[in-house]
Amino acid sequence: MNDAVNIKRRTLNADNITLAHGSGGKAMRDLIEDVFVSTFDNEYLDSLEDQARFDIENILRYGDRLAMTTDSYVVDPLFFPGGDIGKLAITGTVNDLAVGGARPLYIACGMIIEEGLSVNTLREIAASMKTTADDIGVHIVTGDTKVVHKNAADKLFINTSGIGVIPENVNIQANQANPGDIILINGFIGDHGAAIVDARGELSLENTIKTDCQPLNRLVHDMLLVCPDVRCMRDATRGGIAAVLNEFAESSHVGIEIDESAIPIRDEVRGMCEILGLDPLYLANEGKIVTIVPEHHASEILDVMLNNPAGNHGAVIGRVTVSPADRVVLKTGFGGDRIVDMLIGEQLPRIC
Amino acid sequence: MKYVDEFRDPKKARVLIDQIQKLVATLADTKQKPLQIMEFCGGHTHTIFRYGIEQMLPGDIELVHGPGCPVCVLPMGRVDDCVALAERLDVIFTTFGDAMRVPGSRKSLLQAKADGADIRMTYSPLDALALARKHPDKQIIFFALGFETTMPSTALTVLQAKTEGIENFSLFCNHITTVPTIKAILDSPDMKIDGFLAPGHVSMVVGERPFDFVAETYNKPIVVTGFEPLDILQSIWMVVKQIAESRTEVENQYTRIAPSDGNSTGLDAINKVFTLREFFEWRGLGSIDHSGVRMKDEYAQYDAERKFSVPNLKIADPKSCQCGEVLKGSIRPWECKVFGTSCSPESPIGALMVSSEGACAAYYNFGNLPELIQKRTQKEAAT
Repeated sequence: MNDAVNIKRRTLNADNITLAHGSGGKAMRDLIEDVFVSTFDNEYLDSLEDQARFDIENILRYGDRLAMTTDSYVVDPLFFPGGDIGKLAITGTVNDLAVGGARPLYIACGMIIEEGLSVNTLREIAASMKTTADDIGVHIVTGDTKVVHKNAADKLFINTSGIGVIPENVNIQANQANPGDIILINGFIGDHGAAIVDARGELSLENTIKTDCQPLNRLVHDMLLVCPDVRCMRDATRGGIAAVLNEFAESSHVGIEIDESAIPIRDEVRGMCEILGLDPLYLANEGKIVTIVPEHHASEILDVMLNNPAGNHGAVIGRVTVSPADRVVLKTGFGGDRIVDMLIGEQLPRIC
Repeated sequence: MKYVDEFRDPKKARVLIDQIQKLVATLADTKQKPLQIMEFCGGHTHTIFRYGIEQMLPGDIELVHGPGCPVCVLPMGRVDDCVALAERLDVIFTTFGDAMRVPGSRKSLLQAKADGADIRMTYSPLDALALARKHPDKQIIFFALGFETTMPSTALTVLQAKTEGIENFSLFCNHITTVPTIKAILDSPDMKIDGFLAPGHVSMVVGERPFDFVAETYNKPIVVTGFEPLDILQSIWMVVKQIAESRTEVENQYTRIAPSDGNSTGLDAINKVFTLREFFEWRGLGSIDHSGVRMKDEYAQYDAERKFSVPNLKIADPKSCQCGEVLKGSIRPWECKVFGTSCSPESPIGALMVSSEGACAAYYNFGNLPELIQKRTQKEAAT
């Protein structure tokens, strides 16, 4: 590991980002050092090399396989109740690692900035990324900055990639659901999608709905301690829990039956769905995992959820069946049933 | 959730289904079964599928999903006109979101937006008027769509624009009317429908009386129906009860919203701004006399059809499409030759596959697709 280099950092004296801040010259160094390196503040970044370098032993002590993922964040607006694009960019990528059972370690981050963005906005978002990363226990170890012409991007887009390590004996895959297995969710569905609609202010709703944007790595860690043979686990982001359940049903060639009245959903979110004709099963989440476990582990897993701040409204929502194969059936609260298919087209644009 | 959950109570549903079952059992054996009951409105269709009502009903009742989805019945030529208007450089074209995917002969509005047209989704015509105030250098066109339910809000928006002297706002008017359409269905020779659920939100505006002809001239029971699942079950029970008692009347199940005389403010606004067209073209059903409205001459400056030139070409429905037969109840959606194979919500051929309120899209999204296609194949083999 490189020793931290003790150099005086450059400072950025500008109110707004201009094309000069992406040009590769002094202005860009000012931006990178003052806003990103000093905020993210870790030994990997301090050396200002073109890549982050890790000791292999440091990685191997956590498990026997690497997990890697990437995701881009284009949410509009940048700030919304309960979160912002920076928090989202860290938790989203961490959660993609966590649902594979991986312990998240390192994050790489690409920033695409529209010229004219306020430097204070960028500072605020970088600070939010740092707070979130510290809370999770990951480092933002390398990055890239581009500035594009006005209207070539909208304010700020962020890409993050993450590396994590999967412990031995943990093997979570979408094709492992068996008839009789139990399906759980770790809390209220649809909060993030509803929060973004609300934050855009187009509907003038009375309530403020907060995003559920939260890291899931600790919850998943605790769940795997009591049940290392979790069959399937995914975070239900775009496409909602409907998309994840359909992926499980198709990959495992099983039927999935869920009980509408068992699915936790806030009244405010239900109300918004009623007004707009949205189906909460398709609404995006940013801190919800759908988990399938063997029946004999279901109550233990639920207990773990209920005792964790990221899962304290968790619930059993259904079970895996033999038929109809590849399909998800919803038992409606009214007493009928219907198929829940994947979403066609988009329900809401630019939610994450 | 208050005022919603009361109308979705599964215990009450079971009682109603039990009552419907008992009533059907009392019908004379001479009565041809299954009874066909048409829910005219797309909103009803959506509720029926969303709550799984169809499977809860006794086998002797078959629901026929009517043409009351304004997005679905929009003919291809009108979509082409929308695209032509939206592609003008001086125009911001505003529309309800569910019209975006309706296929035109060249492209849908969604494709036109991707190609660079300034098309914005709005929740209300007033949002479009607000855009007109904000962009005085642009022409804002609102894609006015829907039955009598949505006519008052567009009419009032036009009146508001006139009061404020806003000149860069206009409507592309595609409002359609309920009565001539129900009449066209009743007049069709292959019609087998035994009773109707009338659209509650249309009655909220026009009242019950416009539906008298269904009971009086055509001798069919008709019940003005609300949109919650218990509303639908209660109305089915009311239709079956009329059949059992050999009555044909207009009854109102939706009295909490739909007054028998309608809404005079809404009707006044409609009458001020709109007048009947001689005929209007429907996807799947063809041309129906007096089934659409246009803007009156004194509001010509707010009429996009007159303000801008539109191609106004008639484009025939694709040959393989059997939407018309589905709409009249002579075949079930999954019996159509292209259902679920070449016609799907991702690439709809027919109108009914387009909106979530369309019968075919509802079967596709909420039904067991492989099973339905297998049923059709078996039926085709048998004939």
